[in-house]
Amino acid sequence: MDVYLPIAEVSQNIIVLLGLGAGIGFLSGVFGVGGGFLLTPLLILIGVPPAVAVASSANQLVGASVSGVLAHWRRGHVDFKMGFTLLLGGIAGSIGGVWLFTLFARLGQIELVISLCYVVLLGVLGFMMGIESIRTFLRQRRPGGARRRLHRHTWMHGLPLKTRYRKSQLYISALLPVGLGFAVGVLSAVMGIGGGFLMVPAMIYTLGMPTSMVPGTSLLQIIFVAANVTILQAFTNHTVDAVLAMLLLVGGVIGAQFGTRFGTRLRGEQLRFLLALLVLIVAAKLARDLTLHPADLFAIQTDTKV
Amino acid sequence: VTPRRLAVALLGPLAFLPTPVRADALIADLSSHSIAITTGFTGASMVLFGATDGPADVVAVVRGPERDVTIWRKDKIAGIWANEESVTFADMPSFYAVAASRPLGDILSPASAALYKIGAGNLKFEPRSSVAPDRVRLFADALVETEKRAGMFSPSQEKIAFLGDRLFRATINFPANIPTGAYLVEIFLIRDKDVVGGQTTPLIVSKVGVDAAVFDFAHGQSLAYGTIAVVMAVMAGWLASLPFRNT
Repeated sequence: MDVYLPIAEVSQNIIVLLGLGAGIGFLSGVFGVGGGFLLTPLLILIGVPPAVAVASSANQLVGASVSGVLAHWRRGHVDFKMGFTLLLGGIAGSIGGVWLFTLFARLGQIELVISLCYVVLLGVLGFMMGIESIRTFLRQRRPGGARRRLHRHTWMHGLPLKTRYRKSQLYISALLPVGLGFAVGVLSAVMGIGGGFLMVPAMIYTLGMPTSMVPGTSLLQIIFVAANVTILQAFTNHTVDAVLAMLLLVGGVIGAQFGTRFGTRLRGEQLRFLLALLVLIVAAKLARDLTLHPADLFAIQTDTKV
Repeated sequence: VTPRRLAVALLGPLAFLPTPVRADALIADLSSHSIAITTGFTGASMVLFGATDGPADVVAVVRGPERDVTIWRKDKIAGIWANEESVTFADMPSFYAVAASRPLGDILSPASAALYKIGAGNLKFEPRSSVAPDRVRLFADALVETEKRAGMFSPSQEKIAFLGDRLFRATINFPANIPTGAYLVEIFLIRDKDVVGGQTTPLIVSKVGVDAAVFDFAHGQSLAYGTIAVVMAVMAGWLASLPFRNT
């Protein structure tokens, strides 16, 4: 059964859209990432115009993240203070990012910029997480092995505005989460995603948050960053297809609930290893597309605005 | 589309006619002059029918609303395929289909085909900026090929069937993702490889019902639309988590 999407101006199979939403929602629940880094390319693949795919994914992320946060919150796995500190930087960053997006789009290079960002970030992160989780796994196998130092003091701990984050058992400078939020905000607007796949590893490795608190807190800030991107895209580019977003959501919110339960049964390093694998697969696919001789050297860009 | 532009578009092709033509040499019409895009829209078919004043050939051209189109060519830069060069063509039709009673080359001289812009290769390719002529040709051909693959330029000409000597009919198909706006259907009467008569008739493609309302709202009240989209997403997320609350 096909449904016509009013903003995308294409007809799509309703079962495909619901299934896509459910799959992404499941991943979102398991890993605490929004899944936009998979959703956006998949939507483009099935024929949704890239600009609409980016903006509508942001819209669906809002709903999927709300559902995910509620599930984590009931288990007490959300650090609200940390979430809102991240958000301060995130909102500022996403505004700057939308400006950059418009600039690259005008130069005709936005697709390349998006792909390059994905390849570099996903590649590096996937590699780092994979190594780390394998190390942890091996260390547990050898009980007598070297133990990790409890606390490593770096320049980051010398920054001002020290704040206590009780739920995360951290006493760190508020500038760290604000800066992280800003960086992720810029990248998420340029790449059209919530930024969870950047946020999650950064929260674990840079901030040192407990793994159990990370998905819920990450999703909390994704709600707001995605809402900001949705409204900005709707206002400046008219590219948010609410019908598409709602269809993805119906599948997505249910998938997210099952994903969250599945995720709590996995151990931290297993979770990290699986996420690393997924991230590396996407990065490899994108890198291949960039370097292989394209099937078609020419591409059309329609100027809707005169 | 202003009434004046529509009138010019409707009458324009006839102004080229080299010889005075009897008004009733060709009469043609569409089964409907509007295509309504609804929620279940999966494309449309339209019947073109008419009569000639005697044995002749007939060619029909369907054009979508015009807009500027930029086409990019990729090149390998430092091992990566990136958009390198672009040409913007002014006022290209967003949809283009040709139907004919026989293969175009058999019934129409190249000069006439070019004059009346019959066939995708005969469209007027006018770059917005100055480009070398060989580049224009290269990019124009690429544009036609890309549009054909996207289904916006029909890859093959459709068949106009004659019933006896004078009555003809053809089915014209429109894909699911056709652009909205004012279309123009030109019907040409052809004898001795030349156009000897013609008629144009309009066709309006528009969104109706809920889809039209959503589209208008998204463009007219974009801030409110974006906010409502966010609120709806939040509600959906909250609702979906309810059944799982106590587990």
